[in-house]
Formats: sequence, structure tokens, C-alpha cells
Amino acid sequence: MNNHASNGSSLKLALAWAFVGIPLAWGIVMTLINALALFQ
Amino acid sequence: MATNAATAHRGGWLARERTVADPGFNRWLVPPAALCVHLCIGEVYAFSVFNKPLSLLNGTVGPDGAVVPAANDWSIASLGWIFSIAILFLGLAAAFGGTWVEKVGPRKTMAAAAALLGGGFLVASLGVAWHQLWLVYLGYGVLGGCGLGLGYISPVKTLMSWFPDKPGMATGMAIMGFGGGAFIASPLSVWLMGIGGVAFAFVVLGIVYFVYMMVGATIVRVPPKGWLPQGYVAPTKSRGLVTTANVHVDEALKTRQFWLLWGVLFLNVTAGIGVLGQASLMSQEMFPGLITAGAAAGFVGLLSLFNMGGRFFWASTSDYIGRKNTYMIFFALGIILYALVPTTGQMGSIVLFVLFYGIILSMYGGGFATIPAYLKDVFGNQYVGAIHGRLLTAWSAAGIVGPSLVNYIRDYQINSGVPKADAYTVTMYIMAGLLAVGFVLNFLMTPVNERHHLEADAAPSRA
Repeated sequence: MNNHASNGSSLKLALAWAFVGIPLAWGIVMTLINALALFQ
Repeated sequence: MATNAATAHRGGWLARERTVADPGFNRWLVPPAALCVHLCIGEVYAFSVFNKPLSLLNGTVGPDGAVVPAANDWSIASLGWIFSIAILFLGLAAAFGGTWVEKVGPRKTMAAAAALLGGGFLVASLGVAWHQLWLVYLGYGVLGGCGLGLGYISPVKTLMSWFPDKPGMATGMAIMGFGGGAFIASPLSVWLMGIGGVAFAFVVLGIVYFVYMMVGATIVRVPPKGWLPQGYVAPTKSRGLVTTANVHVDEALKTRQFWLLWGVLFLNVTAGIGVLGQASLMSQEMFPGLITAGAAAGFVGLLSLFNMGGRFFWASTSDYIGRKNTYMIFFALGIILYALVPTTGQMGSIVLFVLFYGIILSMYGGGFATIPAYLKDVFGNQYVGAIHGRLLTAWSAAGIVGPSLVNYIRDYQINSGVPKADAYTVTMYIMAGLLAVGFVLNFLMTPVNERHHLEADAAPSRA
């Protein structure tokens, strides 16, 4: 078992994190855009 | 990802034995598996976006272009029960399903949660299409709520088994997803309703959540028995609150420590959840003319970001400073900030108001994310999933008490002639008082007496 990403599993790891990270990042950006109204 | 060859023949695809990791498996694949579930179940915080469209299903367009509800349309009050039922069943499923989760492992639990949440949305869509509110209660509230509860606790123990060196950070990552799920669900739901209405949105969301959560169930693995991260030496002796022993879930309920932690979580959540529910109205009333309805929506979004970020930040920090110290900070800093919030309103400082509430909400989220590791420290890893499930009843209780307390005090103040801008002052001081009680409860935490410990080989180790 590895503690850190090895070459063999790095693609799998990148895909898994992208699968959850991209929707989350999109949601955060949308929220920040809406939050700007607070300081305008 | 292949499963352990020695155990692959035992049980179906959902069985725990089929999820034992092969040599070479990277433990950093487990947090995204957990996030697949928590990002989906976090949608519950965005359910309010459905309220207005659901209250106008049979409405007609009036002369001014606005939609007017029909006589048989559902009231907002009756729709409010959908969320309440879902939260109630979340707590019940987490409390009563915890032992089952320990037995069957993370994959079957995640799959069950996916089926319940996805299926719940589909049943609710029928309720919308046929205009039968009881079907929406049953679908989203009961079935979906059970899916939320099982989904919430499903990855917790597995993550702590993979990250015994950083249990706070590991659970913080997953529970951060629960805080962030609303960011995705809110705009996605609005977009889907714009395309095909509420029933259509429910169908699509049900399918999407099911598939997304099943990806998590596919990825998740448990470590083989006795596995430890490279370079990590498991402590052999208990130190302070951190025990090397294990306490059975039924025995844990007989300990003073369980109820102290129940009180700690209850008070931390009560102080945060009441304000979160009233954040929009409160900001507009404390800063009349300065914060508009649109800006208030932005304020709520910003608080949710702090809530989400706090889950990861504070839980990770607790790995270095200890759980008890982390909660001491929550309560001490919370008391100071709640006491100062009325002053920010008198000063007219929106920046300080937002900053103070942001920090308060980060500690609200941090409380949720740090509690699993606190339980692991005090009761051991063996039954931590089930014990965590039982402790989440504190969340359900706080979900009722917190908003009721804030609403009641606000109404009482306004009815007594207090200006709206000052109507929250007493509430803030009461919240500070609640946190002071929480501080004392946390201060009283001591290690569990050895008579509650399981014998070392009383049960097989499960991840």
C-alpha cells in the first residue's frame, strides 16, 4: 500500500480528484460571484 | 482496481471482503470516494431552492406577470416539513444504522445510501407530477433522509483506518464535501428547473446523485487487517484522552464521556445553526439600507464557504493541537465573537460583521468535522462509525432547538418594542452563554474508565 501517489496510480488518482474537485470548484466560484454583491 | 485475490471469492461485489485493498493501492483514492458521497448528500442544504417553485405548481400568471398560486397549491409551511423530515430521518438512520454500517462495510452502505437518495428523488418526482405532497414527504423526506444519514457515516471509519496518522484531516476532507454539496446543488437545481420544471429536476438529480455516489462505492477500499501507513508507529500506550483500547458502541452510551461529547456537539451546532438559518434576514435587519436582499444572499453563500472551509481547516488542525484544545478554541473564540457581533452592527461595519460570522461558521463546520476523530481518540477505532452515528442525534436535536431559539427571541424582542436592528443583541449573548456551557462540558472530558474497554481480542478488527 502506498502513502503517496506512485507513477502507476497517479493517473487514477488525478481522475478521482478531478471528478470531485471540478464540480466543487465550479460551485465555489458561483458562490463567490454571488457573494460579491455584499461588497458592491 | 482488483480486489484482494485471497478474499475475492467471498461475498458479492458489495461485500466488505471484496473491498479489501490490494498491495499497491494508494490510500489517497479513499478521500475522493468519500467526497463522491458527501458532495451529493450535501444537497440537502440547498433544498430551499425548490420551495417557491413547489408552492406554485398549479399557479397562473397574473396581470403583472407574476405567478399567482392556485387554491390547491402547497403552502410554504407545509413544504417546510420536507426538509425537517429529511433531517429527522438523517439523524435516525445515522443513529440506528451505525451498527449495520460497521457490519457490512463502506461499499454496501454507500450503495444503499445512493439507492435511497436517488430513489427518494424519483418517488418525490412522482409526488410533484401527481401533486401528492405525501409522496414528496415519503420520497425526499423519509427515503432521501435515510440515504443522507447512511451516506454521512459511511466513509468515516474507513477514512480514519486509512489515515491513523491524520484522522482529523481525513474526516475533515469528507465532511467538507457535505458542507460544499449545496454550492453545486443550488445552481444545478435552478438550471434543471428552468429546463423542465421541478419533477424533471428531481428525476435528473436522482439519477445523477445515484451514479455519482456509486462511483464512490466503486472506488472505496478498506485496508487489510493490521495495515499501517509507511513510517507510522501506532501508539502502544494510551496518552491523555487518546486511547489504544476500544469501547463497544452499546457500552459507549453508558459512559459520561459520550454524553459530554453529545452536549459539546449539541451546543456547538445550536449556536451555529440558528444563526445560519436566519443569516439573510438578520444581516438585512442589522444593516438596514446597507445590505439588500441580493447582498444578503451573497452573505449566506459566504457563510457557507466559511462553514465548508472550517471543516477541513479545523479538523486538520486538531491533528496537531488535539481535539480537546480545538473545541476549547471553538468555545472560547465563539464566546468573544458572539459578544462582539452586536458592536459591529452599532459601528455599521459590514466587513467586521462578515468576518466575525465567517469565523463563527467555520467553527460550526469544524465541530462537525472534528467530532469523529475526537470519538476515535476517546473510544478507539473499532466502533467509531456506530458511535458517531449515535452522537449525530445531537445534530437533530440542535436542528430543532437552534432555529427555534433564534426565531423566538427575535420575535419576543420585536414585540417588546426593540428596534429590528437591535433585536439580535440578546440572541448573540445567549449564544455566547451556550458556548460557555459547552466550554465547561469540554473541559470536563477525561479518559474513559478501563472497565468500559473491550478486551484486546474481543472482536475481529474491521476497517
